[in-house]
Amino acid sequence: MRLQLTEIRIAGFGGQGVILSAIVLGKAASIFQGAFATMTQNFGPEARGGACSAQLVLSDSPILYPYVTHPDIMVIMSQEAYVRFAPELKDGGIMIIEQDLVRVSSDLSKEIQVYSVPATRIAEELGKRMVLNSVMVGFFTAVTKLLDADAVRKAVADSVPSSFREVNLKAFEKGLEYGIAALTNAPISADAELETQYSPE
Amino acid sequence: MKADPKGVLTGIHFMDGDHACCEGALAAGSRFASGYPITPSTEVVERFAARVPTVGGAFIQMEDELAASITLQGAVWAGAKAFTVTSGPGFSLMMEHIGYAAMTETPCVFVDVQRGGPSTGLPTLPAQADMMQARWGSHGDYEIIALCPNSPQECFDLTITAFNLAEEYRVPVMFMMDECVGHMTEKVVIPPAEQIEVVPRRHTKKSVEDYLPYGTNGDLVPEMAHAGDGYNFHVTGLTHDERGYPDMTLPTQDKLVRRLQNKILNAVDRITMTEEEQIDGADVVVISYGITSRVAQRAIEAARKKGLRVGKLRLITAWPFPEKKIRELAAKVKAFVVPELNLGQMVREVERAAAGQAKTFAVSHAGGGVHNPEDILKVIVEASRCRTV
Amino acid sequence: MSDSLINDLVNPVEPFLRSDRIPHIWCPGCGIGTTVNSFARALIDSKIDLRSLALVSGIGCTGRVAGYVKLDSFHTTHGRAIPFATGLKLANPKLNVVVYSGDGDLSAIGGNHLIHAARRNIDLKVICVNNLIYAMTGGQTAPTTPDHSTTSTNPYGVFEPSFNLPHLVEAAGAVYVARWTTFHVRQITKAMSEAFQKKGFSFIEIISPCPTLYQRRNKMGDALDAMKYYKEKSKVRHGAPTSEVGMTMTGEIIVGKFVDRERPDYQTMMRAQYTESLGERYVEEPEMVCDCS
Repeated sequence: MRLQLTEIRIAGFGGQGVILSAIVLGKAASIFQGAFATMTQNFGPEARGGACSAQLVLSDSPILYPYVTHPDIMVIMSQEAYVRFAPELKDGGIMIIEQDLVRVSSDLSKEIQVYSVPATRIAEELGKRMVLNSVMVGFFTAVTKLLDADAVRKAVADSVPSSFREVNLKAFEKGLEYGIAALTNAPISADAELETQYSPE
Repeated sequence: MKADPKGVLTGIHFMDGDHACCEGALAAGSRFASGYPITPSTEVVERFAARVPTVGGAFIQMEDELAASITLQGAVWAGAKAFTVTSGPGFSLMMEHIGYAAMTETPCVFVDVQRGGPSTGLPTLPAQADMMQARWGSHGDYEIIALCPNSPQECFDLTITAFNLAEEYRVPVMFMMDECVGHMTEKVVIPPAEQIEVVPRRHTKKSVEDYLPYGTNGDLVPEMAHAGDGYNFHVTGLTHDERGYPDMTLPTQDKLVRRLQNKILNAVDRITMTEEEQIDGADVVVISYGITSRVAQRAIEAARKKGLRVGKLRLITAWPFPEKKIRELAAKVKAFVVPELNLGQMVREVERAAAGQAKTFAVSHAGGGVHNPEDILKVIVEASRCRTV
Repeated sequence: MSDSLINDLVNPVEPFLRSDRIPHIWCPGCGIGTTVNSFARALIDSKIDLRSLALVSGIGCTGRVAGYVKLDSFHTTHGRAIPFATGLKLANPKLNVVVYSGDGDLSAIGGNHLIHAARRNIDLKVICVNNLIYAMTGGQTAPTTPDHSTTSTNPYGVFEPSFNLPHLVEAAGAVYVARWTTFHVRQITKAMSEAFQKKGFSFIEIISPCPTLYQRRNKMGDALDAMKYYKEKSKVRHGAPTSEVGMTMTGEIIVGKFVDRERPDYQTMMRAQYTESLGERYVEEPEMVCDCS
């Protein structure tokens, strides 16, 4: 599978498995797909408990510059992360959001494709809220078509404790299915998203 | 000698530089570390603390860096391969013991995951501003070796090299990482133990009567005895003779201090490692090290697209400085461009070695992030326009 | 030494000294040599395997002990004898490690290491020769210098309170704490022999004269006067609460064995913890490049 240089940012809050998601995707690319991946994360006081963000660069040639400057893809799991990072996303880029936690603003460029998934809810239905990152990773795999699904599946299995392997793999499949289904419908534009997904509670 | 398989985590890993450094130490045969927590280096010893009881060894978290940097030396004299890990403020506190290791010829490794300074500076953000401190930080005349990895894979590979050089030359080796490399996660391939070459201790086999703790032959590196071997040897930070006895006289000082320098300087060609690319016929050569070498690569490629003839020289060994190589190169190129995450440190060495034969351009950065490749590109363009000296 | 005639002629402590380094640097009347004599006798009495013995000193007059004993001996940096010794002991648990240093080295610049080694109960025998002053550098105030005495850096008299070292190390966790003066040569030997039998952090304070600086500056006479003072003012009180053994310039010196208790040492606790947590995965002994046993 050809893998052009792709910059990805994954952001949310502590406990959502932001870093683990980046590790799984990086591992899938670099170990199970024979490409290259560089993952960096934001350290510092802000990384304790609150906002959490990981940067991932994928390519089929060695990666030099390790940081993300203009992300092609963004996975956003909290409103705070959306406010902070959404403006960085490239026009024509892909934004993946946690459907129940992120509200897309009306000023988001129309050139951006937005895909949303209720990852937390799906994880809760599986009985383990903490596997929401595996749902996200599955969804990511489906909608971006960047990585080979089997490579990601292997990376999930390789990255979680053995006692949680099964539930994580289930979560991955759920996310993958949800993503494939989402692709058959047209991606939701920012406006449509606002109209259909959210009403004030 | 081959690595002990017990310490080698053979396989393909997706691992950060700090953890890879720890695995390198274990693969090199290190079974002792003493440390004190400091960002962004602590992950190295955290992993070591978890791993070492399963391979036979010890980690101790000491009360400060002064203690950490001498505890490891006690362990070395008891037979261990040992290291400590720190960052800027802790590195400053360790300076006296780098001098002690140099003077007593204690083979050991000091890992410095560089962050922004001075003082507390930028605990979580990268810099390369400890390069001169690594070389000159302790008082007196001495030589050390310093290596600069630019990826997690090199954090593994070169940590083994660091231990090997420490043993071969009985010298403290500075492992100059930076926050970026330390906290960057990439694929790290750890080969099987039988593919890892490890330099054993220069452990003496001489009889007690024949053994001179600081007597040397051609290579100027003495053989070592360990506490408990029965040699009843003496080790001191005072100026000492071949018996290891204090002898604070001018001839002994001259002989000892020159030997400590020459054992490294005589072996510069064997010690220094560089990575070169398109040097032949280049007008401008970009000299960089550590994380900056990867950032600079982007600028170099952009410059080549503009039709400029740009070469790359990466310093894998920063100290001893590859002076001869730079001097020879200076005769052939118009200019050197030296980007680094400090306000001008290794660039001074380049300028000194170039000795006016080629112009030297610094691309300084105060640290806290990496260069914007555009800033390096601008200087490459400027340098390539300059007249030959 | 098999020949009894030679036995009669050779000083019994001479085999423990680097005679090729004699004469030593200590001043006439200095008490450090006396303590070394007692130490050598303790080595004889305790029949300890000399090959297993390593001696570590810091910097200062007492720091020079490492240079005169015929053992694996390490003259380290100022204040850092204890952490160096900690590394020796942890890397090769079979070694018997003695730290031999002065009051300034151990309790001022090395004070942090002193209390933490005692807290961890590292199996080290610490011999602290306390001459109440910084002697090597010319008579400056130490953390042990008694109130009202005069030093080169307190020319108008010392006004800062001093450390009561037995109290400090007991509070920090030492398992064996004793104090003697250089008048008590046999008791010193006995205390050292006892410490060799003890597993854990042992601390022996030896009050020792510095005729050149402390005595002279304070008009306390010469070494003989110091001996007279030690003889007259020393009170043996084994088991005395260490809070009551603080010293003054001319008052009583409480001596004796103050603390002798059992606590698991660092390596015993370490092995127990790893065994409990790791089970069979724990590889017990460090495997070094050589076997020094």
